[in-house]
Amino acid sequence: MELLSKPWPWWAAGIIIGLIVPALLILGNKHFGLSANLRHACAACFPANVKFFKYEWKKEVWNFFFVGGIIAGAIIASTLLANPEPVKVVPELAAELQTYGITDYSGMVPNQLISWESLFSLRGFIMLVLGGFLVGFGSRYAGGCTSGHSIMGLSDLQWPSLVATIFFMVGGFIMANLILPHILML
Amino acid sequence: MFNVQEFHSPSPEEIAAANNTDFEVRSLDTMCVNESQLQHPWWYNLKYAAVGLLFGIAFVKAEIVSWFRIQEMFRLQSFHMYGVIGTGVVLGAISVWLIKRFKVKTIYGEQIEFHPKKFNRGQIFGGTIFGLGWAMTGACPGPLFAQIGSGAFVIGVTLLSAIGGTWLYGYFRERLPH
Repeated sequence: MELLSKPWPWWAAGIIIGLIVPALLILGNKHFGLSANLRHACAACFPANVKFFKYEWKKEVWNFFFVGGIIAGAIIASTLLANPEPVKVVPELAAELQTYGITDYSGMVPNQLISWESLFSLRGFIMLVLGGFLVGFGSRYAGGCTSGHSIMGLSDLQWPSLVATIFFMVGGFIMANLILPHILML
Repeated sequence: MFNVQEFHSPSPEEIAAANNTDFEVRSLDTMCVNESQLQHPWWYNLKYAAVGLLFGIAFVKAEIVSWFRIQEMFRLQSFHMYGVIGTGVVLGAISVWLIKRFKVKTIYGEQIEFHPKKFNRGQIFGGTIFGLGWAMTGACPGPLFAQIGSGAFVIGVTLLSAIGGTWLYGYFRERLPH
């Protein structure tokens, strides 16, 4: 139990993620891809006569069940299997974050940055609302996200998925190193 | 609706029309083009929830959904995320190769199908936009759900915004460069 509640090493998570690919295929010919759910949500709730959202989303409900499982798993992991220690962060990052007033490492996300109170500050609003928008818009524009392209697509040796993955990283490096420091200063 | 073309041999005109107007709705899709003909009651979907459950636990326990781990990754300060994704891809690739090599079938005896992804410039533009958002929120679409499950309910706002972003993409899709 103690072994389970400590943070898991990278290889443990890597093995589980890698095995999701054949598990979904063998259980029912399903292709791993999570951002598709955002599209299915649009198709289910407000298709608004947009052609991109006019399809039988009910055939994709398996993915909603998959997401439901993820949420339930996250609840279990952060209650029954919770790690009482704060998240460990490399000293360089901790030193940098301190200059932005981020010192609380008790959660998966920094509470001083991502919380209901900060949602109403300029910094929090940009992080939460604009960040989410870019994730949703970009993943659909790219035809998939980290799961669909970087895990499933690369596993199937699809070179367009490699292109997408490279540009995911390009965008991430630009944001984290060049843009985010200015946002965090706000 | 996407399989209609497959049930008769389309004429060249039809193919051309489909390619132009239906601007590759299929290849940009992550949805199944290989729909199963099997009809199952809803609770058959619970097996996917079980897989998701395990995934969700790993997401949180290995701190993949942690904003801090993502920052370390994009600052090249830690190997952790590279190890996770690298191990996942290697195991996934071996699995896919084995499935193809031995023509493994689903538990219902159906052929497992793969569909090549087609390149378009969306993977460059959209990929970069996605990356910007990923480094900001510290979450891609899967971890968004896991962050909410781990108690950061305000991420629900981020999720709604992501759905809004997806919707706007769908709305402007025909006018965007691909």
